[in-house]
Amino acid sequence: MHLTQSTVGRKILMAVTGLLLVGFITMHLLGNLSVFAGPDGINAYAEHLKSLGPLVWVFRLIMLALFAVHVTFGIKLSMENRAATPVNYSIKKRMKTTFSSESMLYTGLIILAFLIYHLLHFTVQITNPEISAAKLPLDAAMRPDVFSMVVLSFQKVFIALVYIVGMIALFLHLTHGLSSFVQTFGWNNGPSHDKVTLGGKLVAVVFLLAYVAIPVLILARFVNI
Amino acid sequence: MDLTLHVWRQSGPKDKGQLETYPAKGVSPDMSFLEMLDEVNEGLIKSGKQPIVFDHDCREGICGMCSQVINGRPHGGQERTTVCQLHMRSFNDGDEIFIEPWRARAFPIVKDLIVDRSALESIMQAGGYTSCHTGGVPDGNAHPIGKPVADYAMDAAECIGCGACVAGCPNSSAMLFTSAKVAQLAVLPQGKIEAKARVKNMTDSLQEQGFGNCTNHLECEASCPKGISVKFIAKLNREYMKTIGC
Amino acid sequence: MILDGKTPTGPIEKSWDKHRFDMKLVNPSNKRKFKILVVGTGLAGGAAAASLGELGYNVEAFCYQDSARRAHSIAAQGGINAAKNYPNDGDSIYRLFYDTIKGGDFRAREADVWRLSQVSNNIIDQCVAQGVPFARDYAGYLDNRSFGGAQVSRTFYARGQTGQQLLLGAYSALSRQVKAGTVKLNERTEMLDLVVVDGVAKGITCRNMVTGEINSYWGDAVVLATGGYVNVFYLSTNAMGCSVTAAWKAAKKGAFMANPCYTQIHPTCIPQTGDHQSKLTLMSESLRNDGRCWVPKKKEDCDKAPGDVPEEDRDYYLERKYPSFGNLAPRDIASRAAKEQCDDERGVGPGKRGVYLDYASAIERVGEHTIKERYGNLFEMYEKITDENAYKRPMRIYPAPHYAMGGLWVDYNLMSNVPGLFVLGEANFSVHGANRLGASALMQGLADGYFVIPYTIAAYLATVTPGTVTDEHPAFKESKEQVEERINTLLNIKGKKTVSELHRELGKVMWEDVGMARSEESLKHALQRIPEIRDEFWNNVNVTGSGAELNQQLENAGRLADFLEFGEILATDALHREESCGGHFRVEHQTEDGEATRDDENFAYVGAWEFKGNDKAPELHKEPLKFENIKLAVRSYK
Repeated sequence: MHLTQSTVGRKILMAVTGLLLVGFITMHLLGNLSVFAGPDGINAYAEHLKSLGPLVWVFRLIMLALFAVHVTFGIKLSMENRAATPVNYSIKKRMKTTFSSESMLYTGLIILAFLIYHLLHFTVQITNPEISAAKLPLDAAMRPDVFSMVVLSFQKVFIALVYIVGMIALFLHLTHGLSSFVQTFGWNNGPSHDKVTLGGKLVAVVFLLAYVAIPVLILARFVNI
Repeated sequence: MDLTLHVWRQSGPKDKGQLETYPAKGVSPDMSFLEMLDEVNEGLIKSGKQPIVFDHDCREGICGMCSQVINGRPHGGQERTTVCQLHMRSFNDGDEIFIEPWRARAFPIVKDLIVDRSALESIMQAGGYTSCHTGGVPDGNAHPIGKPVADYAMDAAECIGCGACVAGCPNSSAMLFTSAKVAQLAVLPQGKIEAKARVKNMTDSLQEQGFGNCTNHLECEASCPKGISVKFIAKLNREYMKTIGC
Repeated sequence: MILDGKTPTGPIEKSWDKHRFDMKLVNPSNKRKFKILVVGTGLAGGAAAASLGELGYNVEAFCYQDSARRAHSIAAQGGINAAKNYPNDGDSIYRLFYDTIKGGDFRAREADVWRLSQVSNNIIDQCVAQGVPFARDYAGYLDNRSFGGAQVSRTFYARGQTGQQLLLGAYSALSRQVKAGTVKLNERTEMLDLVVVDGVAKGITCRNMVTGEINSYWGDAVVLATGGYVNVFYLSTNAMGCSVTAAWKAAKKGAFMANPCYTQIHPTCIPQTGDHQSKLTLMSESLRNDGRCWVPKKKEDCDKAPGDVPEEDRDYYLERKYPSFGNLAPRDIASRAAKEQCDDERGVGPGKRGVYLDYASAIERVGEHTIKERYGNLFEMYEKITDENAYKRPMRIYPAPHYAMGGLWVDYNLMSNVPGLFVLGEANFSVHGANRLGASALMQGLADGYFVIPYTIAAYLATVTPGTVTDEHPAFKESKEQVEERINTLLNIKGKKTVSELHRELGKVMWEDVGMARSEESLKHALQRIPEIRDEFWNNVNVTGSGAELNQQLENAGRLADFLEFGEILATDALHREESCGGHFRVEHQTEDGEATRDDENFAYVGAWEFKGNDKAPELHKEPLKFENIKLAVRSYK
């Protein structure tokens, strides 16, 4: 199929999967922020998700596929781009290229590593079993106590740091990614693009602040059990 | 003013090449960058050394022959300026200047600062035209073309094919070059008919020639001596999307 | 010998149509058996190679640049003429024909100019079909602008880059043929000899400029579209690589060089800043529509800032000398007047070779905004080169060699006196007479390439059997050996002077003695100096490096060697032409108030020179010019 081989086709695939993943992290963020509503917020949210049963798995498989496409082509394109520039300049001054656009591969890989950790931590619950929802007593409404798991986790400096680093990587990735998909979809029509780029950065900042607020506020004991 | 040049010297495609240092003394601020190199070469010839070879021809910024990365920026990085139009008054006495050729796998070095840009020719041959015959075409006014459309096509058509977009791009992609032609022809009634085949064939050729992929760094736009906008790459992307499923 | 231009007879309106019908054709299935070599890929060569390839001929094209798209046609700014009469202002094929003949000062062939005017309309259609983004109005129709030498608006343009856009159109057509396999393109290849077998052009010998290899190519016809020769002046508006070499090699093999003394000096160029100068940059002639040319009346004012020279001490010399045309006097007049002021030591700027072009009164009249709209890009270019703001301070301009009206002699079929050798575009002498009008060069290049040569070459090819002479013929080996020997000679001189030092010396002589105003004395001086410089070149030039590599010094040395022979022919032609016409001005032949005096009785002919060797005088052949449709008249600008 031309789409998966063409230089533009793959770019479009990167943009489409990237955009859908942004959609996911938006929903995920809204769910996560329920932690600030206390056990009745996030525990009810978790219970509700669980009640969806097989639908959760369908959703997870779709996410896995999107992620696989995004990561595979991301790595492949980066490798090709590296091969296309075999010799570096003795001196190279970038005029428009940004740190975030040049570090997409690295921030992407950090996000991948973070994601694996995140799944092991909160979904499979094997990195810190002693404070996992599976081991902790059920809450007052007889639901698994996700709230306590989250709060106890982020009160550990190391875990909070891992999440903060992961979110900074996501921020950098989105800083380029958000304006980039506008360009890839062909919606850039010249003068407006600087504003689009700025808008992308602002959205990335919102994601950063909102996501990082969770571990930071918990670590700072603004949220307690 | 007196300058110190660090110039890439490479005797042929197989040679490893290295930066060599040459003094440039008594440089007049009225000289163009290439005239400064001419003078350095005259000195090299007089002292029995091989002059530096570099591509140049029209020396008025339109032929697209000149191709040097100066202090890390294609064409020296001045807005809308080719090397041949860069003047020495933008430098200061005592400056160190690094001069290197375009670097990309698709542009093998021929000698010193000269590279082989035939990969760009292949992209053009893949579809950078309308398939009209000589003669037998309708009157020039048969298809009215609105002024904004004609202006848009002209903005794209200003590309001089120098390859600075490739030289500047961290991925060595020739997407700006390709998009300029795709966009120009895609908006004109004469070029629309073949637009789908054109965008596929030209971007495929770009890949075959060993250029990298476009990842929207937008460095090409900043490197372009003609100010070609990345909006044409966006246009190319739209044109490509129209081919999906065709 | 009296040359025959082989122009068709009968009424001029029917001449090209009749001729096209009379010419023989090549059977479509036979076309691929014919091999045609096209040298040069500018407007003429690119268009010819693409069109011939499309017709089915087996075409091989050559250019010295790394891409066919970079030929110097690309630098033309202004526009291209056509007799479309879109503005409804009274234009017609006949009017374009008339303006071109008159603009050329009655030194061009009527039939050739008629044909050019007739096909001019097809060119615009062709370019539009290729996707050339000509300027359009808001209703979507093609826009026109006025240009010098015409009272109608017939110039089509694409911003200030018309040449670029037309060339890219021809280049795209060529690229399509390369892809189709009908044209093989050899870039970075320089033609260094014409192979002539039994008096017929049968091939060329070239140097691969990357590897240094010398190769011969055979063809059933050779088409030269190799541009003009004004780099003989060293400083010109031509590209650095433009040379007379291909045409001169043909001349040395028997082709006649016609009217070499007709050179165009363009008045609005940016002046030289010092000895380091390598080329001159032209700014569109349209600048003179609003600018006023002046120099200080007193020598001692020349070093003052222009603003410090009071109005009464300024000499608006064009307005003074030509009250009715004023600053819009034709190119040759304006150029000569500027030179006169500088010769009178009243020039301004570095080296005192410059005159002011002042916009102060225009800005006062219409406002800076309007001036910016009209000439913004030119002012920007001027500032880039000179670091001066022309809105605040008058521009400095000076004339520079720009275009060669002369070139290899061709008949009506564009074939030279050597059968099988065709010459197109600026490289031939045909349609511009003694002076070319603005926006006519692009028209000629494309007319020759798209709409003339495809027909006329068939008439020749129909008379030859394809592939009778190939590169197995001993003449090819001989040519290759000659080229190699010449290169070895150049490399082994190992003298003291560099190629550009000697080129500058030649340029100085050509500019001073054979430039804008020529006299018997100056021309005789040039004819004495050129052989001296040539001798010095062959004894004292220093060409570094070897022949078997990319060697720009060797390329330049070869080109200069040809200029050193050609320059003598140019001066000889200028000395023999005892009249002033168009770009050729002999100080002995002017009216009391400095107007050119043409001598139709004795010089209404094409002067075609046969090169006989450096130690022998060239032989003059004449082709008389007949004017049956337009009455000979005196050009006046007062």
